[in-house]
Amino acid sequence: MKRARAEILSSRQIGAYRSITLVAPEIAERARPGQFLAVAMPEGREFILRRHVWIHQASRRGGWAGTLEFVVDPASGAGTSWLARARAHEFLDVIGPLGSPFSYPKRPVNCLLVAEGRGAAPLTFLAQELVARHKRVDMILGADSLETVFKPIDAKRLAQTVVVMTRDGSMGERGAVIDPLQDALERTGAEVLYAAARPATLEAIARFCAAHRLPAQVAIEERLGCGFGLCNTCVVPVARRDGAGFEHVRACIDGPVFNPALVLWDRWRGAQPTASLNDTPVGSAASSGGA
Amino acid sequence: MSPARTLAVDVGGVLLPTPVIVAAGCAGTGRELAGLVDPRKVGAVVSRTITVDERSGTPPPRIAESSAGIVWDTGLQNPGLDAFASTELTLLARGGVRVIVSIGGGSLEEYVRLSSALQGRPEVAAIEIYLAGADVELRRAVLGAHPDRVTEIVGAVARMSLVPVFAKVPGGSDDVVELARAAVRAGATGVTLLGSPPALGVDAARARAGRGVVHGWLSGPALKPITLRALYDVASELPEVPLIASGGVRTGEDAVACMLAGAWAVQVGTAMLIDPASPVTIAKGILRYLERHRLGAAGELRGRIVSPSPGREHEGSIAG
Repeated sequence: MKRARAEILSSRQIGAYRSITLVAPEIAERARPGQFLAVAMPEGREFILRRHVWIHQASRRGGWAGTLEFVVDPASGAGTSWLARARAHEFLDVIGPLGSPFSYPKRPVNCLLVAEGRGAAPLTFLAQELVARHKRVDMILGADSLETVFKPIDAKRLAQTVVVMTRDGSMGERGAVIDPLQDALERTGAEVLYAAARPATLEAIARFCAAHRLPAQVAIEERLGCGFGLCNTCVVPVARRDGAGFEHVRACIDGPVFNPALVLWDRWRGAQPTASLNDTPVGSAASSGGA
Repeated sequence: MSPARTLAVDVGGVLLPTPVIVAAGCAGTGRELAGLVDPRKVGAVVSRTITVDERSGTPPPRIAESSAGIVWDTGLQNPGLDAFASTELTLLARGGVRVIVSIGGGSLEEYVRLSSALQGRPEVAAIEIYLAGADVELRRAVLGAHPDRVTEIVGAVARMSLVPVFAKVPGGSDDVVELARAAVRAGATGVTLLGSPPALGVDAARARAGRGVVHGWLSGPALKPITLRALYDVASELPEVPLIASGGVRTGEDAVACMLAGAWAVQVGTAMLIDPASPVTIAKGILRYLERHRLGAAGELRGRIVSPSPGREHEGSIAG
């Protein structure tokens, strides 16, 4: 984990999102899929906490070496909206890469990746790393509508097959990412599932994986305070290793990637408000919490 | 040539290289700050509040942002006394970091057990007594809201402790001066002003009954004037008592303001979550102020704006 004053190389609109590329060699070198950045907000505003954004790309070689790309959803709140307005050559105070990343299968298994909204940002990064390790990747991308389906072309380039689901049917099939799960599992012969989505969807995916005895890793978006383990507010209840009850572990450093079979979804989700797509906290962070 | 300026302060027998202390619950468990701040340049760290038994803490959500602040609650999540004493304490103290251990409980017995277990541990530079929890024994909402109870708890801890003891006055208390006085009379070395006041975070767009609401405490820059007032009032009544500011310190100027109002040292909490190097930048800010005003030591700032209370008691005779 490094802290850097990083220059913005570019900021581009991608559908409803803003994609920002930073020059941050020390962070880019270490970044892995499932990790995130904590970006400081400007002085003198009412919102003070860092905003937490998924790392979408980290280039270690070639002309873009030392750059990092992350995705911002301006609709999430005042902080991310400020971030979305930041332009090239401005500097951001960033800490990263944060969190424990997805791990890769050792055997040559087929991988099914399920992403909702900007959850596609870390999963496209993951798809790229899995393909580089000679794994077959199939993807299900979902969102509310066309504008919030993140980079479907990139997904098509990386994955053997891509199914797009939108709530309003404006792109792909009408429905949710969990609707084509059964079919995708049979069709692809996937032996491992990766997901990044809002909590309700992850809970449904966890149930599906448990029923099919499918190993899985899910990236959880919880409200983060600091992002580096100090404040102990982004907790998720998980089963204790010794089997005795549960413990609250930090989504920021013990996660954000979890084995869904260990998360006590009823307990966790029982405490969660109903969130609409894309206002979940990594990326919106606590911006929706009153700013 | 004037002698070298120093940031070092002696806070009631606790020698600190700088007057900037990481507040309770914002220093992690001894692992998280590696690479983000040089521990040798931090005055001291206060541990998270430790209770006798392990606490799993409150269910999420635990944090909501508010204007220039955060509303948070962890429910004092901590591994319990034994696990803390066997691992976390050692980790926090690595590299010679001065550790102030925050202890909390719901009964006199719990405070006694906590202070007795920490007695003689070389890693403990001081003890801070958390008093904002529920009083399980006397069935009161806030243990430290009552001067008689503060006297009893602080007295017991102070009598047992071999290191200086600081009582943290709960935020939102009716009479801060009275509670500070009760703590000092009972034997506290000094007082931390203040704990976070109770607050509620509501996100109207997302909240439903019992969900999406953070029932907790307010922290952050929004608190600074409240901290300053508490320091000022207590310093004018109890001028010899070491006071540690807590609440709203984010910059060197904030720290200087607190010291001018009577603080001997300052704690940073929410600032750590945003800028984990803030103890160092705040210390540099204090040093710049000393240079600009040709002062030799941080201690010279202490209480410069405080006018003594006319009817002030002489603490020496009362404490004895």
